[in-house]
Amino acid sequence: MKGSRDRLTAVLMLTPSLILVGIFVYGFIARTFYTSLTNWGSDPAQALARNPVLRFVGFSNYRELFTGFIDVRFRQDLVNTFFFTLFFLLGCLLIGLTLAILLDQDIRGEGVFRTIFLFPMSLSFIVTGTVWRWLLQPRGGVNVLPTLVGAEPLEFRWLTSRNQVWQFNWQDLPVYTGALVAVVLAWLLLSAWRQRRRGRVVAALVSLLFILGWTVGGTPGIELLPYPETHGFNLAFIGIIAAAVWQMSGYTMALYLAGLRGIPVELREAAQVDGASGLQVYRYVVLPLLQPITLSAMIILGHISLKIFDLIFAMAGADNATTDVPALLMYLTTFRGNQFAKGAAIAVVLLLMVAAVIVPYLWSSLKSEVRR
Amino acid sequence: MRKFIVLLVTLVVGLAYADGQLEIFSWWAGDEGPALEALIDEYNALYPDVEVINATVTGGAGVNAKAVLKTRMLGGDPPDSFQVHAGQELIGTWVVADRMEDLTFLYDEQGWFDKYPPGLIDLLSTEDGIWSVPVNIHRSNVLWYNPAVLENLSVPVPESWSEFLVFCPDIQAQGVTPLALGENWTQQHLWESVALGVLGPQDYTALWSQQLAMNDPKMINVWDTFGEILACTNEDAAGLSWQQATDMVVSGEAAFNVMGDWAAGYMNTTLQLEPGTGFGWAPAPGTGGVFMMLSDSFGLPQDVTNRENVLNWLRLMGSQEGQDIFNPLKGSIAAHLDSDLGLYNAYLQSAAADWKSDAVVGSLVHGAAAKEAFMSQFATVLEIYLSSGSAQAAANAAEAIANQVGLGS
Repeated sequence: MKGSRDRLTAVLMLTPSLILVGIFVYGFIARTFYTSLTNWGSDPAQALARNPVLRFVGFSNYRELFTGFIDVRFRQDLVNTFFFTLFFLLGCLLIGLTLAILLDQDIRGEGVFRTIFLFPMSLSFIVTGTVWRWLLQPRGGVNVLPTLVGAEPLEFRWLTSRNQVWQFNWQDLPVYTGALVAVVLAWLLLSAWRQRRRGRVVAALVSLLFILGWTVGGTPGIELLPYPETHGFNLAFIGIIAAAVWQMSGYTMALYLAGLRGIPVELREAAQVDGASGLQVYRYVVLPLLQPITLSAMIILGHISLKIFDLIFAMAGADNATTDVPALLMYLTTFRGNQFAKGAAIAVVLLLMVAAVIVPYLWSSLKSEVRR
Repeated sequence: MRKFIVLLVTLVVGLAYADGQLEIFSWWAGDEGPALEALIDEYNALYPDVEVINATVTGGAGVNAKAVLKTRMLGGDPPDSFQVHAGQELIGTWVVADRMEDLTFLYDEQGWFDKYPPGLIDLLSTEDGIWSVPVNIHRSNVLWYNPAVLENLSVPVPESWSEFLVFCPDIQAQGVTPLALGENWTQQHLWESVALGVLGPQDYTALWSQQLAMNDPKMINVWDTFGEILACTNEDAAGLSWQQATDMVVSGEAAFNVMGDWAAGYMNTTLQLEPGTGFGWAPAPGTGGVFMMLSDSFGLPQDVTNRENVLNWLRLMGSQEGQDIFNPLKGSIAAHLDSDLGLYNAYLQSAAADWKSDAVVGSLVHGAAAKEAFMSQFATVLEIYLSSGSAQAAANAAEAIANQVGLGS
């Protein structure tokens, strides 16, 4: 009797938030997805009409984004996001870990340093962006620092440089993907071999050979673009990455510091008794135990970087094409160009990218909680 | 978030006192705020019972205001009257969507058909009516220089882009940047002056009705010329604001700058320079006798609650008195032909004289010539040109976008 009453209370308590989340999160996602399948905005007479007449056009907005001649900017934005995420994660993790390890050495004034390193995180990205925009002005800030010691000022145009490195042809993407999958499969093969699981070895070997054959054979069946199109890493992003790392590495440090404090002293002592040097203690005891922290940090930082908008908006403006990302393009497409359907398509692509990072993580953490 | 709260508050307040109110939505804040406030003061003096709500959203050229306006209109909460660039920004976005009321009756009632140049009224009209009241006129195709600097360089003011390109190496050899340039939109701004200078007013106008294709050989020529001109500009352009580009001319770092005539307001009011001696001006090369205009205007959205108050606002704004209160402060000339020129500085007087005699064409970047769907994607065209350096690729992209958005229709 009491149990069913508890359940009733629980359901009643949860219902309002379930309804609100259902409408304002999942309902709106569904609405955005539906919008992305229409032609809303391609006819100006309907774009801002009181009751726009929308036509269902299937996935043609997505097709335009990935293959259209004038949507080259969207593809470069995806490349930008990739490199930004990569360097932002690397920077935050490395600096955060280093700071955390240094602070873990029982130094004096640890609290002060901790506060100083954490401080940037308390600012909003808009503030960070504005400060760094001033620092990275072409004729001021960082560029005139060398003149303090009598050297020539720097000439680098932080946010507007048109230089691009690591250029590749968009048409070659399937080859790179194939190579990446092959590497993963090779690793699986190796670990299966070590564990002596014959079934897995055979399966991995067959898939590996298939992927290698497909890649070397020129990736038949996939043509991304009918003409070559080069993309690469825009050097203008260096400044953005620096600002983002400056803001978030303190936070990463705090995560790592909590992780370090969570490692039982006995483990370290045991390792020392066994004759491990200071370095070895970190290499074989501390770092492996910090792996879950690294994963959480990557998830938290990763979803920030994939949907970054405000930092770049404040630092370089929405129109600075060399520092463009999909979220900015979505804003411009929707609210300046009135191309609501295409903007919605970009939003859905963004959502999928973030989901690809978050969902597996939620899945695995939920599963482990249930097991407990 | 703050904007949202402001909106919410205006909405709630607006519902509470629906009667005696007038909400004016614009992006005139900061330097441009006093001109609007002076006009509102005048309105208050004429109609003391009406409470005016000055709803501004900051951001030059309305970059943020337009986004807020769109969400308000889509949400069924139109402001009583909103600022919009005259021309296609008004027609291609709001009139085609059937959101505005025809103002022909107001023009009849006030006798404005004789008071505004016919070319300007055409720009505000479709076959079905006249859609807004212009409050000011800015000129886009102006070449700015510092007379003392030009004397030192012994360079005359170029009359065509080819002449400018001849002087360019000379100026560079003297360690001066021939043409100062700023961030993205100022590059588009330069482009429209180059296009007008190379094509001439007829072909330039034909471009916007698609009678001249964007990938016509003439347009390839425009892009090639544009590329040669870019080679004469400062390398750090993309990081500079338009004011910083103007500063380069004032300080002598650069010989020329192409910018709209709000630059005159900046140099005259902010930098305290005398028109004629502190700074000089000429039509952008090759565009003498043509006035590339942009104009801020206000219209009457359908279904507003305070229609009569809005009409009074439009009557005041369209009158010679209203425009002569507003424009000297804003640094623009009046659209009204009876304007009292004695109230304006030397630059504005010369612009007003040109306004009466020159051929009038509309600006692309400032919303007069092409619908927003094209204008906003023109940045991509420029980007394609800057990253590929290919005039043909840029021209093809422009043509593709023009076809996609139905530019001429």
